[in-house]
Amino acid sequence: MLHIVNKSPFERNSLESCMRMAQEGSTILLTEDGVFAVTKGGVSEKALKNLMASKKISVCALWPDLEARGMADNVIDGVKMVDYGGFVDLVADSANVQSWL
Amino acid sequence: MDEDVSGTVKKFMFVNRKAPYGTIYALESLEVVLISAAFDQDVSLVFCDDGVYQLKKGQQTKAAGMKNFSPTFRALEGYDIEKLYVEKESLEARGLTEDDLLVDVTVMSSAEMADMMAEQDVVISF
Repeated sequence: MLHIVNKSPFERNSLESCMRMAQEGSTILLTEDGVFAVTKGGVSEKALKNLMASKKISVCALWPDLEARGMADNVIDGVKMVDYGGFVDLVADSANVQSWL
Repeated sequence: MDEDVSGTVKKFMFVNRKAPYGTIYALESLEVVLISAAFDQDVSLVFCDDGVYQLKKGQQTKAAGMKNFSPTFRALEGYDIEKLYVEKESLEARGLTEDDLLVDVTVMSSAEMADMMAEQDVVISF
């Protein structure tokens, strides 16, 4: 399953809810203001690292959105960068998709 | 023009709390700030919460297909808008420092910011 989060972790609890419900082997894609979650030293670092390690969840971030915000240089290790083509692939390869608004 | 009218200067504070691009708030705020500058008012800009991201260096929006409006912050000086304040607590929570910002700002604590807010004639929030 693919989970998409597009809200800043400082402004909404969308990512928190998503992380609570993401099952082992699923993928979390951060887009738009959601990309602020993958900054090293940020509020979500610990929880994301934990998910990647313990539940084998793949965490991805849309790099055009990181680049737009000047946040592409300080991304947590293990987070995969995807472009728009990669976004389409993730959707196409997933049985279902949940967008956390 | 009548001197009584042109001579009225009020203290305006614009409070920016949203990240750029994800919503239209940041860009709209900047538009209103530029309009207020045309009326020779005493303008202060405050950046707190996700609003501090508006001033992050190195924004490159080409791949995302959006307009990069961050260089406009550097032009504000030319409109006599020189009072830019950033909340210390918001910067720290996001792992950012003053060096990460693209313009000169005054970094202040929440308490100092609260005092300044109380002194304004008009506070407009984005």
